Parts: sequence; C-alpha cells; structure tokens
Amino acid sequence: MIARYQAIERILSHIREADLVVSTTGMISRELFTLDDRPGNFYMIGSMGLASAMGLGLAIQAPHKRVFVLEGDGSALMSLGTLPLISSEQPSNLFHIILDNEAYESTGGQPSISSQFDLAETARSAGYPWTRRVDDLEELESALTEVTAAGQLSLIVVKAGIAPVDGIPRVSHTPEQIRDRFKSAVQA
Amino acid sequence: MDAKEFWAALKERGLNLFAGVPDSTFQEAYNVMVADPDIRYVPAVREDVALGIASATYFTGGLGGVIMQNSGVGNLVNPLMSFNLMYKIPAFLVVGWRGYGGPPNDAPEHWIMGAKTTEFFDLMEVPYEILEPDNLEPTLDRLLTAIKERSVPGALLVRAGVIT
Repeated sequence: MIARYQAIERILSHIREADLVVSTTGMISRELFTLDDRPGNFYMIGSMGLASAMGLGLAIQAPHKRVFVLEGDGSALMSLGTLPLISSEQPSNLFHIILDNEAYESTGGQPSISSQFDLAETARSAGYPWTRRVDDLEELESALTEVTAAGQLSLIVVKAGIAPVDGIPRVSHTPEQIRDRFKSAVQA
Repeated sequence: MDAKEFWAALKERGLNLFAGVPDSTFQEAYNVMVADPDIRYVPAVREDVALGIASATYFTGGLGGVIMQNSGVGNLVNPLMSFNLMYKIPAFLVVGWRGYGGPPNDAPEHWIMGAKTTEFFDLMEVPYEILEPDNLEPTLDRLLTAIKERSVPGALLVRAGVIT
C-alpha cells in the first residue's frame, strides 16, 4: 500500500517537461497541483470518468507527445468501456495509471467496488499489452522505468491507501487558464 | 444531399477527426466517413467518451467532431456542463434526429427525446442548426461561427433522409 501523495510524487519524477498529464477530478488533481503545478497538467476538475477519453484523444492527435492519464478507481470504474476502446487504438504514447484506493476518497472515503476485482486484470482482458498492479513504492518505481522505456500502451494500477494529507488546496487557476496553458504545452 | 458532398463540406472547413456512435439517420454518411482516408474516425463506446476524444482536437489547434444519435444527448449532459462549457472547449456535434416531430414518427423509444431534442440544447445553451437538403454550406457556416465565437460545442441536427 502506497500513500497516494507519495505515488503521485514518484510518478512525477518520471515525467519530463514536454509530457502531458491529464488528471481526474477530486483529490488526484489537487495533489498533482500541489506537488508540481506544470502547464502540461490538465486538471480535469469536473466530468468524472472523462480523463481517459481525453487522454486517448490527445495520444492519437499528438503522437509525438507522451500522455499520462492519472485517475482513480472510481473514475476508471465509471468509464470501464474506455479500456477496450483505448486498447483497440493501441496508442504507444499513452501511459494509463489508476491510483486505486478502493474508495471515493474525495467525497468522504465511501468504499468503491474495486476491492472485489483487479483493475489491471480487467485492462489485460480488454487488450492492454502491458499491465501491472503495484503494491509498494519499489514496485511502482520499477513499473514506471519499464513502461517509459518500452514505448507501448500500458496500464499501472497503484494500490494506494486512504491517507488524507492536510492542507491540499483546490486548483487555483480558472478553467480557462488551465485550458490555455495546456494548449500551449500540447503545441510546444 | 449526397453523403460525399456532406463530408467534403466538413473537410473543407477543417474537420477531419470524428469520434462517435453510429445512427441509422445517417447510415450512408457513416459508411462514407469510415471509408474516407482523410478522416480519422474513433468508434467511441459512448457519446461522452466521443466528446472527450473530439475535445482533444482543440488543443492541437483544430476542431473535433462527434457523430451520434439524439438518444445519446443525455450522455453528453455531464461532460458539457462540467467540461466543455466550463473550460470553453469547442466541438462539432453531428446528431441524428430520431423521433422528429414526436409520435407516430419513428419507434416509441425515440418519441420523447425526438420531441425534446432542441429543448435540451436550448436549456444547455448549446448552439444548434437543423440541416435541410438544400442549405448545407450556409448552415455549417452559421454553426461554425457560433461555435468559434463562444468557444463551445455546437450541434448539427440531421433528420432521416436529409443525407443520402
């Protein structure tokens, strides 16, 4: 089990300046914003479940960019049909990461159903060529090293704990500011 | 109008990525699009997923398209409210208008949405135009102007038989 904040920090250590990150609604975007507020981050502060679709659209249309999708188990479950869609397109520049704390932590920690099945196994069945479930920071580190070197569609499920961090602010940029700086990052 | 003429007019206006879910209203147009090497089509599993994919086009400097049936308008409400209309990210929606005019037109599952389709777009303040067989170019240009001025998605409503 990894504290999600530490998991995001570790993921960020593998992200280069030119990379694009699409993060889901709730605490994941807020923690990403707090750790490293970079123009290439698209904080999808609403529309739960849509981050992977937007990530797919970017990966297809900006093939020279590496696109990281950071979402939770709740948002992945909400749009499970996007997994076989992404797999059918096989974008080799899409790195899909699910931070799975088996809960809707942003709304108060209500349990999700992800404790009852393995999202990495689900993605493998959906056709992802590379999937792995990681349970500690060392496994996450080695998975990130492997996928970024492999250059193929991948999905990492990070088993994360519910460990609320105090003092995580909301994203302070306006939606249009998030949009405009991200657009510049995509076209950079 | 001819399906090839329809897509040629859209391509001329810079639309070359579409994501969506098929509809029988424009079955022939769908087949022509999928076979067109100049159009990148992503067969999305839901309308909201299609809108997410098509919205990415904005960030690369273009305008992405969605094709769908009006029964999927409900699936667009969440991404429109808390994504496209909030961030002001435009997209071009081609919406097959099943159940146009309400009963007894079309099958029962299309009657209620068929009668209320324009009300949904009005309520969401999403601009729309109704395609007629003889008004393709001016209709597209009006809709594209509205989309660009407000930087929001806009919908082209297509009834059965308009594109052949």
